[in-house]
Amino acid sequence: MSSESAEVHHEEHGEGMTRKKILKVFGVLLGITVIEFIIALWLVPAGHIPLHWANPVYIVLTLFKAFYIVAYFMHLKFERIGLALCIIVPILFIIGLILVLTNESHYWVDLRA
Amino acid sequence: MSVQVSPIDEVKTTPWSGGRSPFNVEYGKMMMWFFLLSDAFTFSSLLIAYGALRFSSSSWPAPDLVFQSVPGLLDSGAPLVFVGLMTFILILSSVTMVLAVEAGHRMAKKEVLWWMVATIIGGFTFLGCQALEWSHLHHEGFWWGSIPNMEELKHLFKGGNEATYGTYAQQFANLFFTITGFHGFHVFSGVIINIIITINVLLGTYQKRGSYLMIEKVGLYWHFVDLVWVFVFTFFYLV
Repeated sequence: MSSESAEVHHEEHGEGMTRKKILKVFGVLLGITVIEFIIALWLVPAGHIPLHWANPVYIVLTLFKAFYIVAYFMHLKFERIGLALCIIVPILFIIGLILVLTNESHYWVDLRA
Repeated sequence: MSVQVSPIDEVKTTPWSGGRSPFNVEYGKMMMWFFLLSDAFTFSSLLIAYGALRFSSSSWPAPDLVFQSVPGLLDSGAPLVFVGLMTFILILSSVTMVLAVEAGHRMAKKEVLWWMVATIIGGFTFLGCQALEWSHLHHEGFWWGSIPNMEELKHLFKGGNEATYGTYAQQFANLFFTITGFHGFHVFSGVIINIIITINVLLGTYQKRGSYLMIEKVGLYWHFVDLVWVFVFTFFYLV
């Protein structure tokens, strides 16, 4: 084993997730999922909020969950900024594809009508 | 006599000036991240195609009508309960995976071993649930290229033009089985990889190596599978 990877291991050691932190993140993920269920099973069927309001809320909550999984479980928050950027910046292409195809599907609606 | 160092000869110590890894991660871990990024593109293209088709449709099978059974218990009337259970199992198995990584940092072989076993059990349970879900939908008549008859389809839609039900139900079936199937295949590979790593833990490979870094690498893959499910869950079952 090279001295470099030993050093890598040592540096990560100090910033690792403690059990308390792990359980806290688990609580957040579970809490967000429970909120999604309350919206889907009670708030929308009972007519408290319309469906087209619920959908953006689901997406925002999902992105929150994604952030917690990537940042804490996958440890990206504690990695060097260079690595984090290498992973996160290319995701912009995905956002681009979402925007392009959302626009395109509006056009398809008109074609089908 | 002190030596004057001109600015150009000064040894630079910033992360990008050479001599050390700017990312400060081990090679295999970095490659796992880049693999996961490419895998994220694959899943995104599938999910975005699903989004575009669904966005351009005038009606779509309503999730709370299609997914309302708990296989083996209830045939209907329990929307999202079963998939909620599946989501809970997968998040839980992600937690046991982080706990295995945490135990690895402390070089606690026994703890790593048991958390890995718990993660594998979680993975198999999820796969079992998905098999039940698939077979339930298959019995209703959904499959790649096949849909239930018109009479049954009417119970799965909330409004919209009845003449288009067939087209959209077929798109739903193809996308559902392709995307959850691709995800399920990832879960399955993850379970196999976890089993191999657990055997290595049992044999003491990482104890001898002096580091449980390998657990972190398979952990990254496992969390990614959980991450994808979070999106599949939202876009197939909630929206």
